[in-house]
Amino acid sequence: MNGPTLHHFLTLSAALFAVGVYGLLTRRNLIAMLMSVEIILNAGALNFAALHHFRWGGDPAGAVFPLFIIAVAAAEAAVVLAIVIVLFRHRQQLDVDTADTLKH
Amino acid sequence: MTSWFIEHLWLVPLLPFLGFLIQALALQPFKPRVSSTVAIAAMIGATVVGWGAAIEYFSHAHGQTLVPLSYPWLRFSEKLVGQMGLLVDDISMLLVLVVTTISTLIHIYSTGYMHGDKGYRRFFACLNLFSFSMLGLVLSVSVLQIFIFWELVGVSSFLLIGFYWEKPSAVAACKKAFIVTRFADLGFLLGLLMLSYYAGDLDFLDLTGKEVIQRLENARLPLLGLSVLPLSAILVFCGAAGKSAMFPLHIWLPDAMEGPTPVSALIHAATMVVAGVYLVARMFPMYAASEAAIGVVMVVGAFTALFAAVIATTQFDIKRVLAYSTLSQLGYMMLALGVATMERPLGFTASMFHLTTHACFKALLFLGAGSVIHAVHTNDMREMGGLRHKLPWTHGTFLVACLAIAGVPPLSGFFSKDEILAAAWDNGHYLVFAVAMFVAGLTAFYMFRLYFMTFWSRPADPHRYAHAHESPWSMLAPLVALAIPTVLAGFLPFGHYVSRGVLEHHGINWLIAAPAIAAGLLGIGVAWMLYAAPNEASDRLAYAFGPFHKIIYHKFYVDEVYLFITKRIIFRGISAPFNVFDRRCVDGFMDLTAQASRLAGQWLRRTVTGHLQTYLFWMVAGAALLMLVLWQKDSALPVWLGWIGLVTVGIVFAWQFVLVLQKKSEPLKRIDRD
Repeated sequence: MNGPTLHHFLTLSAALFAVGVYGLLTRRNLIAMLMSVEIILNAGALNFAALHHFRWGGDPAGAVFPLFIIAVAAAEAAVVLAIVIVLFRHRQQLDVDTADTLKH
Repeated sequence: MTSWFIEHLWLVPLLPFLGFLIQALALQPFKPRVSSTVAIAAMIGATVVGWGAAIEYFSHAHGQTLVPLSYPWLRFSEKLVGQMGLLVDDISMLLVLVVTTISTLIHIYSTGYMHGDKGYRRFFACLNLFSFSMLGLVLSVSVLQIFIFWELVGVSSFLLIGFYWEKPSAVAACKKAFIVTRFADLGFLLGLLMLSYYAGDLDFLDLTGKEVIQRLENARLPLLGLSVLPLSAILVFCGAAGKSAMFPLHIWLPDAMEGPTPVSALIHAATMVVAGVYLVARMFPMYAASEAAIGVVMVVGAFTALFAAVIATTQFDIKRVLAYSTLSQLGYMMLALGVATMERPLGFTASMFHLTTHACFKALLFLGAGSVIHAVHTNDMREMGGLRHKLPWTHGTFLVACLAIAGVPPLSGFFSKDEILAAAWDNGHYLVFAVAMFVAGLTAFYMFRLYFMTFWSRPADPHRYAHAHESPWSMLAPLVALAIPTVLAGFLPFGHYVSRGVLEHHGINWLIAAPAIAAGLLGIGVAWMLYAAPNEASDRLAYAFGPFHKIIYHKFYVDEVYLFITKRIIFRGISAPFNVFDRRCVDGFMDLTAQASRLAGQWLRRTVTGHLQTYLFWMVAGAALLMLVLWQKDSALPVWLGWIGLVTVGIVFAWQFVLVLQKKSEPLKRIDRD
């Protein structure tokens, strides 16, 4: 092979996504969940970028979209961190397992 | 003007019906007197129109059959139409006369008898309803119409027997009456259906015509190839036997005495119970064409006459004796119809004649008994005695009625009873003749037993005797009014007006009349010896006859037999298993579905953990599954999943069902059951 092919990038993207989902479902700490969400978003962006690079059909949208994703991820992270700060002030801890007041 | 009354004959049933509606709906705020006035006014109106129509009919049109009104009410098919209307012929006019007149007199009597009663208004409303029903029955133009009014009369009877609804015995009696007659109407309905199918017609005029009867005789049922004519006739007779209290469907009539005495007089003596006799008379050509059917009528009638007369000799309740007497006389009427044929139809005329005279003197007897009860406040004859001094008018009219029923000439009862005996003899039914003769003697005996125990002998209870007083004129006037036809009706040339077939006119056959009179006088004589003066001869006789007397006193234990059949066999043997099935299996299945829903809900509840991560997990899992399904277009995965789901549900159901049967199912205890 001359270098990594499309398949490698797509596999990497899928693996990153899986890692992100795993982290999202299993970590107890809210910040850790946030980090997992970032990973998921970046995996999606990587997918876009790889496909744009290997299958460029004259449409520049494939290069712009990952930028969008980065921007949106940043904005969303800012909002979520604000919520986390308020939560921390209220409960003094960030354990997700204890937040089950909506049970039943 | 000659046919105004017949043209307006629809007023006859309508006026009492309007009276009923007005009283039931609008007269509550007014004084009770207003209700009875409206009722009596309605009945007088009906009586006037009825008499007018009867006079018109008998003077101008007798022998013909007129149908002034006929409306196709229910159209079952092209040819089978249930008509509602008015049929005018000899027996319907006769019955209109009897019903309207006696009903009016009893309305007047009731103003005195029911005075002060809490249900005064209700009583008159029900009486009007009954009069409407009976008049509609009598003027019926088709079997369907008569069936409808048959049931209406049954309902009216139910309401009136159960008038004192706070008394449990009255409630039991009205239920019994309705259920027994309803049960008999099962036979009636089957016969009606058979007739509608095989004859294709429900109108009386057609059903009694020669061609329809021939068609019925030729038609054969798929079952055993029986001919339709006798079977349908016998089935219709079942209904008649129930309403006219023939054995073994007689059990309701003595208990019906729980109702007020005017009710007993009107319904259970003069009018409703003759509905069965009327039905057989109405369909007489059909019965006459079938030997089996008319034989059944004759045998049942004769047996009932004998059976009831024997029981009447032992009873002590004044109204019970009169009830059994009614049963016996109804037996006479039926047997008179049973011995008649189209060629020698004397029995038909005799039956209708006896119906008329019986209505008069039996109503008189009951009203007189009501007067006595009103005076001494007891039904038991053993507590009465010597009342002829205290109640002169009641005594006089009662004596006239007793002489009439005993068949003493020249009162009406002699003529009608003699005609029945003559009919039985002329048509060769000698055994029936002998039975009827014997019953005539018994009738005289038990009626005069009643008479002597009540009005002669010594007062058994001096307290009651002292307080006894004659009834008000509102009660005495009908007594006197009824005494007049009781005495004079025998002189009517009845056969001239009411007959079927070709009736030859003879005079009185003294070879038959003399023994009948002798039997009557013998009965009176024996009663005189035993009861006129206080003595122990009657008690000693009862003791001598020991077990026989006991059986007869308990009315041959027929009621006990019925109770046994219903309680042990029907309730315990048939209803109880059905009940168990209904409760366990049907209700159990309903509980099962409720339980299964509840369980399902409980399981699904466990998915709501409150943890965000659980929800996310399920989201991811669901997405993965969806991807899997969509990735392969023709995959069998959805079908597989569907089957797995169904099997799971089935397993749950089965498991819960087992738990229900073992009564271990926990939520069953908490499910509300009403």
